[in-house]
Amino acid sequence: MLAILTYPDERLKRVSEPVERFEDELRAFLTALEEAMDAGPGGVGIAAPQTGHTQRIVLVDCSKARKPVPNHGRLVLINPELTTWEGMEVGREGCLSVPNYTGNVIRAVRVTLQAQDAQGEAHTYHLEGFEARVVQHEIDHLDGILFLERLVSRRSDLFQRKNYLPSPSKG
Amino acid sequence: MNQWYMLTVVGRDRPGIVAQLTSALYEGGCNLGEASMLRLRRNFTILLMAQFSGSMEALEALVRPVADALALCLHIEPLEGDLHEPRDPPDVRITVHGADRAGIVARVTGALAAAGLDILDLGSDVAGSEQQPIYVMYIDGYATQGIEALRTALATVGVEGIVVHIEPIQTFSC
Repeated sequence: MLAILTYPDERLKRVSEPVERFEDELRAFLTALEEAMDAGPGGVGIAAPQTGHTQRIVLVDCSKARKPVPNHGRLVLINPELTTWEGMEVGREGCLSVPNYTGNVIRAVRVTLQAQDAQGEAHTYHLEGFEARVVQHEIDHLDGILFLERLVSRRSDLFQRKNYLPSPSKG
Repeated sequence: MNQWYMLTVVGRDRPGIVAQLTSALYEGGCNLGEASMLRLRRNFTILLMAQFSGSMEALEALVRPVADALALCLHIEPLEGDLHEPRDPPDVRITVHGADRAGIVARVTGALAAAGLDILDLGSDVAGSEQQPIYVMYIDGYATQGIEALRTALATVGVEGIVVHIEPIQTFSC
């Protein structure tokens, strides 16, 4: 079983390399990565660098979410790139690499994603909500970024205090 | 250093309260745990867990000079730390807003408690103007009997003009 690196392991900060060879070695690693994702409590995604393997490989499976959400089932995302994103939403995230902590993070609500599958074939995905959030969290891992670097306040993000200023006078 | 204490510190806000208080604790040999520090209008409020090997009296002696110098109320209680006990994140967020009046919090939280809500975090603001104050509150918690039970309970609260939203919080781990 692949071991999950946990913060503050410096290896989590490394930027992962693109996958160039789609051969048996890759498929064997994907099987091991799936096992690691499925072993985690409520794990709906995993990125290869969380196991010390610095390649641009992400697995996502939002069909495993505790409460049902729109999802594309199990996704093997190799060399994933976000090509469009829109909307912003605060949501609560946790991470297998940061045990026993959850925090609020702002992410895009809808994203378009291009990625290759295990055979190297390119696909485009339109994701939203929870699934879009998971993918953004995972792609951050490929760039050596943990959600700890994106935390927003427990309080002020929920209700921004409005300034009740008088409207500009007209005329 | 195995005893945890909860320090409650409240006073008129001014720059440097946190720095002076925590410096005194650090220099006195304390290790800090979790904290909530918040300005409520002109008042700064601190709830702070500190680990200290000495007695409660010795801990108070460390921070009393800072509290007195900054005119802060200080209260200290021993407690269990349990910082690494597994904990579940909140699974529901309730937001409440409406024209301010007495009784909003009591009625809303009373209905929610009866329907199984365990509150983890609650914050509120009074906005608007003096003539037309608005009350805004958010609550994060666990719905121990499910979110539908909370919705049903709130439907019968009947505080006129108060808007209540209930949203599930889906936290992931990946």
